[in-house]
Amino acid sequence: MASIERTFTLQVPSNTENLAMIRDFVNGIGLRAGLSAGEVAKLELAVDEACANVIEHAYGPEVTKEVSVRATLDEDTVQIDVVDTGKGFDPAGISQKNLDQLVAERKSGGLGMRLMKTLMDEVHYEVIPGQKNELRMIKRLKK
Amino acid sequence: MATSFSVQRKTAGDLTILTLNGFLDAHTAPEFEKVVQQEFDAGNIRLIVDCGELTYISSAGLGVFMSFIEDIRDAKGDLKICNLTPKVAQVFEILGFSSIFDMVPTVDDAAKRFHDGVD
Repeated sequence: MASIERTFTLQVPSNTENLAMIRDFVNGIGLRAGLSAGEVAKLELAVDEACANVIEHAYGPEVTKEVSVRATLDEDTVQIDVVDTGKGFDPAGISQKNLDQLVAERKSGGLGMRLMKTLMDEVHYEVIPGQKNELRMIKRLKK
Repeated sequence: MATSFSVQRKTAGDLTILTLNGFLDAHTAPEFEKVVQQEFDAGNIRLIVDCGELTYISSAGLGVFMSFIEDIRDAKGDLKICNLTPKVAQVFEILGFSSIFDMVPTVDDAAKRFHDGVD
């Protein structure tokens, strides 16, 4: 039997004050997917991190831009795509330093991506030059 | 819908206790950063951060702890974290914060560790 796919989208202005709204949206998605409270919390945090990166780094002060969060549910997975049209980044360039080194350097860069990779089953990032950046995160549903 | 976050401050002898309430994310982290900076600038470097009412933390909030701990310790002080809820504690654990920070169950435990000289 073919699985039924459902897609939900939230689009908000690029401002950190909208992270709460994004988390509420993702909370609803997690509940609809049948995730446990703990798994919903992980999903919320992973998407918060992705969107905060877009707002603070891809767009910077450009609050007129928009962040798009698209959630696709099927029988096996919750897929979240965070899309922006700001400045892309090279995932390979993200600091791989350990926590001790970051603390010694008074830096905290890269923590968000570490969290996303830990909290989600898959994380992919794609830059389509001149068009968009898309971060795709997948959580597999346990049966 | 903005994120709610607040910090309450009190002192006990030479200890400064900051009680966090609400959501510490990229929107509210600058507010927490300002508070810790003010304490550091005022020479208050024996800090206890009570997270009992903190319901959410993201890496932006964790980054505030990370960016100050070295300067505070260089000045012979410490920042001890206590009273974490399981949800918030999980985020600290994922990133390995327990190897860097002194994390204890209660404010009293944190105070005792300061008084016992565990910096």
